[in-house]
Amino acid sequence: MALLEIKGLKAYYGQIEALHGFDLSLEEGEITAVLGANGAGKTTTLRAICGMVKSAGSITVEGENVVGMSTEAIVAKHKIAHVPEGCGTFVRVSQEENLRLGAVTRRYREIEKDYERVYHYFPRLKERRNQQAGTLSGGEQQMLAVGRALMLRPKIMLLDEPSFGLAPIITEELFRILGQINRDEGVSMLVVEQNANLALAISKNAYLLETGNVAMTGPADQIMDDEQVRKSYLGY
Amino acid sequence: MDLFIEQTVSGLATGAIYACLALAVVMIYQAIDHFNFAQGEMAMFSTYIAWYLMDDAGLGLPFWVAFVVCIVISFIGGAAIERIVFAPISDAPVLSHIIVFIALFSMFNSLAGFLFDFTPKNFETPFGHTPFIEGVISSHRVGMIAVTLVMLGMIYAFFRFTPIGLAMRAAAAAPESARLVGVRVGFMLALGWGLAASVGAVAGMLIAPITFLTPDMMLGTLLYGFAGAVVGGLTSPLGAVIGGFMVGILENWMGTFVVGSQLKLTVALVLIIVVLLVKPAGLLGRVVVKRV
Amino acid sequence: MASTQTSGTVPAFLNQNPKDRIFVLGVPLPLLERVGLYALLAAVVVLPMVYDGYDIYEFGKILMYMLAVLGLNLLTGFNGQFSLGHSAFFAVGAYSTAIMMEQLGMPYWTTIIPAAIVCFVAGFLFGLPALRLDGLFLALATFALAIATPQLLKYDGIAHLTGGVQGIVLDTPYPPVWVDSIVQSITGEELSVDRWKYMFTAFVAVIMFAGAWNLVHSRTGRALIAIRDNPLSAKTMGINTSIFKSAAFGVSAMYTGVAGSLFAIMDEYLAPESFTFAEAIKFLVGGVVGGIASLFGAIFGGWFVLEIPNFADLVATSLENYINNPQGLTGLIYGLFLIFTVYVMPMGAAGLAQILVHRISTKR
Repeated sequence: MALLEIKGLKAYYGQIEALHGFDLSLEEGEITAVLGANGAGKTTTLRAICGMVKSAGSITVEGENVVGMSTEAIVAKHKIAHVPEGCGTFVRVSQEENLRLGAVTRRYREIEKDYERVYHYFPRLKERRNQQAGTLSGGEQQMLAVGRALMLRPKIMLLDEPSFGLAPIITEELFRILGQINRDEGVSMLVVEQNANLALAISKNAYLLETGNVAMTGPADQIMDDEQVRKSYLGY
Repeated sequence: MDLFIEQTVSGLATGAIYACLALAVVMIYQAIDHFNFAQGEMAMFSTYIAWYLMDDAGLGLPFWVAFVVCIVISFIGGAAIERIVFAPISDAPVLSHIIVFIALFSMFNSLAGFLFDFTPKNFETPFGHTPFIEGVISSHRVGMIAVTLVMLGMIYAFFRFTPIGLAMRAAAAAPESARLVGVRVGFMLALGWGLAASVGAVAGMLIAPITFLTPDMMLGTLLYGFAGAVVGGLTSPLGAVIGGFMVGILENWMGTFVVGSQLKLTVALVLIIVVLLVKPAGLLGRVVVKRV
Repeated sequence: MASTQTSGTVPAFLNQNPKDRIFVLGVPLPLLERVGLYALLAAVVVLPMVYDGYDIYEFGKILMYMLAVLGLNLLTGFNGQFSLGHSAFFAVGAYSTAIMMEQLGMPYWTTIIPAAIVCFVAGFLFGLPALRLDGLFLALATFALAIATPQLLKYDGIAHLTGGVQGIVLDTPYPPVWVDSIVQSITGEELSVDRWKYMFTAFVAVIMFAGAWNLVHSRTGRALIAIRDNPLSAKTMGINTSIFKSAAFGVSAMYTGVAGSLFAIMDEYLAPESFTFAEAIKFLVGGVVGGIASLFGAIFGGWFVLEIPNFADLVATSLENYINNPQGLTGLIYGLFLIFTVYVMPMGAAGLAQILVHRISTKR
């Protein structure tokens, strides 16, 4: 049984059905990429896993169906860290308090050493630990978002367009670190990306979404070699 | 010059009232990211509850017992209002929230007059009304300043040092992100409302011995409370208290030397608008945002 | 922080189809609206022929409140700015009229236009700083304005104009001789002052309602709505948002101010206590219950705020043995209705009507 198993997932925004019932799975310790054009339902999929949109079907995490559970409960119980699009930084508090908020569901005493863990991956954050988070640059905020996710000691990380709005060089560094986190900590990751090249490079499997359905799935290297995908999403 | 010093000191004494209420305003702003326009009326209603607990026609409890019981009731009441009235409209636009605040304002005001009638009531003080410094400040006002400062310390420590205080600020400022890290946003909002209602209740019980207890006692005072909070910075409890004292002093100066006592509320109005326009973060707003 | 847009409550389908392609029972919607409008106009004309005395005075009051609420609707519903302080502009209108009558000896009917101008300017000027305050802070500033207004009116420095705490007693607005003689020649009866007050109020109200109707259906109206829905893109489309928002504040203040003028003329008396925060709440209640983004809603709202105290009385008399202070319940009932409206019909009575129309309509 996969760590995260989605079957027949439908999601709704009011009356509108945004996902039309597809299957998806994420194996323990692996990175899986979710690709697709705008409006394909990538973000909605991640939001459905966290219980942030009304959904039907089944989403099984560690053998438990989480559809209908509250976001807070899903996060706390199954250690799913969601790095939302646009980082979701708590702009009014300091950078380090942002990290502490990442561990808000954990016991206070346990988390002290985890700051160092985050700074190990993102040394740049250490220099700015007391700075107000809203004043960090886009790249730093994205790193902070990943760092905040790490503070949960997550089993699964859901990353929503981590490359959004970042310079190519920063994006590459970020993906290198994501790969490192995956290897070192054994965190499984579901990565939604527009930048298909980068995402496929660190992923084992990939899904291609089109207007609320899975159009194609398979090992990342096969997807990368597919003629159609290359034309439509990879641009060469 | 004597007049100036005297007015300044008595301004500080009045400022204690505003500081108290400004603290309640900041408390709720931190907790729900809104102004509670019904804050003053809720505090007034809490004070009536305390009066009922103490009065011989009511339960006749001693002051400090009534004080604590009233705080507890207010806490429960505030949290209940959040759960019952505001939770169902959490996704509604700002206008809906403002309308419900106004609705609560109207309801508490009306209900207080209806239940306890409009005749001003004496409200007991444990500090007594004897002069503390002859002709300048009474013992009640000194007690009031002390209680305000204690409350400030508690609120500051709560937001600054406790995880739950941090989670509460996160829930107010960015509810969605807060949910994603596992903060129970609904619980935090209810807690924030409860605490704000309690702080308001304390403010009401401290103010009532000075203004007398009437359903309209808080109307003008709340405006000064807002002014104090805005001047000090809406995100800073310390700023709110300093702002409250400043507004008290300014009110006295303006009243004595510039516009006369009749335009005091207009002073508050102008102050609010000018500060919002010129320095929206207030005196301490920015500094604290960075540090906290 | 929640969205600052008021349009969030507009059901999406209302914007999906151009109105002229919606048919209700085979009748095009614009035609239906027009018919409704003329029916209302006919009712306004017929009323004074049927009623007299206190009844017709009350109908005048409804029209007066309708104008006041309309002012708030134009600002909040169509332009997305909040005001908890429209009682202040209501006061400016009322006092302008009173002072012109009292100090300058102007006849009551000549004071409406100058009072409207004064209110527009006052609103425009208050709108300038308001530009820099978004949603919540504008609400705070206007809240402060509402609270400060009664005290300002009592101020000794202007008491020789405002009459201070005592207020001002005004002359009775007798009907002009020529109107009286026309009415006499038709009905054979003298025109009562109550009926004339109503006719005068109705005349002003109809003209101003028509003005508002044209405004919201014009280019300017669309610009105001665009600013409400998305200020940034409105700006990039070349709409001067500052001017439009300030002007919207001015127009809004003008409507509520003219209502104030009519209030002074109808009641022949005014005092600071008529312009408290409670009055601002009244307008807000009218706007929200009627439908804040609707002109028809203002009519319903005007009726609603006038009837609420009677409703409170009704509740009280039905519980006569338990309640000895029924008017004390008015505020409570206001509050309950406000909360009820926000929950059940966020677009007010007008929104409810629109949804009904949608249910029974067909599109072609």
